[in-house]
Amino acid sequence: MNKRVVITGMGIWSCLGTDLETVKTSLYEGKSGIGLDCDRLTYGYRSGLTGIVESPVITKQMLDRHTRTGLSEEAQYAYMASRQALAQACMDDGYLLENEVGCIFGNDSSAKPVIEASKIMDEKHDSAMLGYGLIFQSMNSTVTMNLSTIFHLRGVNFTLSAACSSGSHSIGLGYLLIKQGLQDVILCGGAQETNYYSMATFDALGAFSVRMDAPMMASRPFDRDRDGLVPSGGAAAVVLEDYDHAVARGATILAEVVGYGFSGNGCGISQPSDVGSMIAMQRALNDAGLFCNDIDYINAHATSTRQGDMYEAVALDRLFDGGRTWISSTKSMTGHECWMAGASEIVYSILMMQNDFVAPNINFENPDEYSAKLKIATSRIDTHVNTVLSNSFGFGGTNSALVIRKIEKLKG
Amino acid sequence: MNRKEIEEKVKEFLIEELEIDEEKITADAKLKDEMGIDSLDFVDIVVIVERNFGFKIKPEEMAGVDTFSKFCDYIESKIG
Repeated sequence: MNKRVVITGMGIWSCLGTDLETVKTSLYEGKSGIGLDCDRLTYGYRSGLTGIVESPVITKQMLDRHTRTGLSEEAQYAYMASRQALAQACMDDGYLLENEVGCIFGNDSSAKPVIEASKIMDEKHDSAMLGYGLIFQSMNSTVTMNLSTIFHLRGVNFTLSAACSSGSHSIGLGYLLIKQGLQDVILCGGAQETNYYSMATFDALGAFSVRMDAPMMASRPFDRDRDGLVPSGGAAAVVLEDYDHAVARGATILAEVVGYGFSGNGCGISQPSDVGSMIAMQRALNDAGLFCNDIDYINAHATSTRQGDMYEAVALDRLFDGGRTWISSTKSMTGHECWMAGASEIVYSILMMQNDFVAPNINFENPDEYSAKLKIATSRIDTHVNTVLSNSFGFGGTNSALVIRKIEKLKG
Repeated sequence: MNRKEIEEKVKEFLIEELEIDEEKITADAKLKDEMGIDSLDFVDIVVIVERNFGFKIKPEEMAGVDTFSKFCDYIESKIG
């Protein structure tokens, strides 16, 4: 028999804030977290635009030297977000030592330590000069290897790499494992480095906005005059838990994960697909046992690129057929949080659920012929949000869709 | 660099970079058992010594180097 899967804790470290309350306020007020990083221009980027993410201060009182030495930038973000999530779920060290908890995070690069190691090797030609930490920072699994060590996690433990849908698939996979009864609790999420080494190859594609005279207006998903995405990052974490397990320990339930859908496009490596997007969304709805009209809000993948937004708009229009569902892309405020985005957008959506609003798709001033058919929230909409569909699509044609819904507060 | 300067420099990086409590660092303190330096720390010490003293530690020369004082002796012998 399938288990129900709920979220009992969440944490966020993003350009919209580094705690849930601040991020909620940013979403509510439609505040952008995007700025200009002149170091990127000096380094040779075409665009210096990026989400401005605060660097975590991790003291020796929080983690010992060995552990801190092995933490990559994205693992630091993930550690800070996970602390929040586990605290909200009331899972302290004692709980984690006594109970099996799994860990699946989305992450698809760790460029900075790799490049730093390469520079040292080029100069010294001696691997002994690399020191102890770089190996643990430079692997894609840097996030889960560090989190599982720090938090004593002894359940399923791996990193999921699926480009810009990594974070969403991590929650989807965690959901499946709990649904099947294989795990009671899994810490899931996504992490994304923001250093200037990490995005040069992406910048090379000319995919980034160059609206550098107005950074906060640069990310404009679905808008006719968009000129590209803005890279961003940080980390988001959610504690996924078997419903009965959560009830038994008296946990506060934030939302229920009711559907996960996935698909591959099987075509060009950077080519989005309306068909592939629709298949993922439809599978998620089928899994949830819901129809389009049951969805109150769609957190779109829309990154502010001409092609990507267009294909998603076509898919949404076809699937929802001019329906009543509100749509916005929180990437208008955050930029594209890449490997983290699918997880952070679940956190953003739950904040909207909890506070009865749909966050605006800021900078949506003029629709194009595709987005004109969608019900896009150009400003904040004060409304009950009970059911959310969250889309994530990535390079290589990897698509993920999650459906979450509000759950009535437990009595007693 | 004289002996005193070597000791000061070693003490400084043990405190600043390896985060060893200052009171644990005495001439006869055992690197492993009393100061808590483990094999992973030694991986970083190789890098730190190269940066501070300009030579690369050879693991085979470290046999018997088990106290703060002997470690300073070793460095002194290499740069003297």
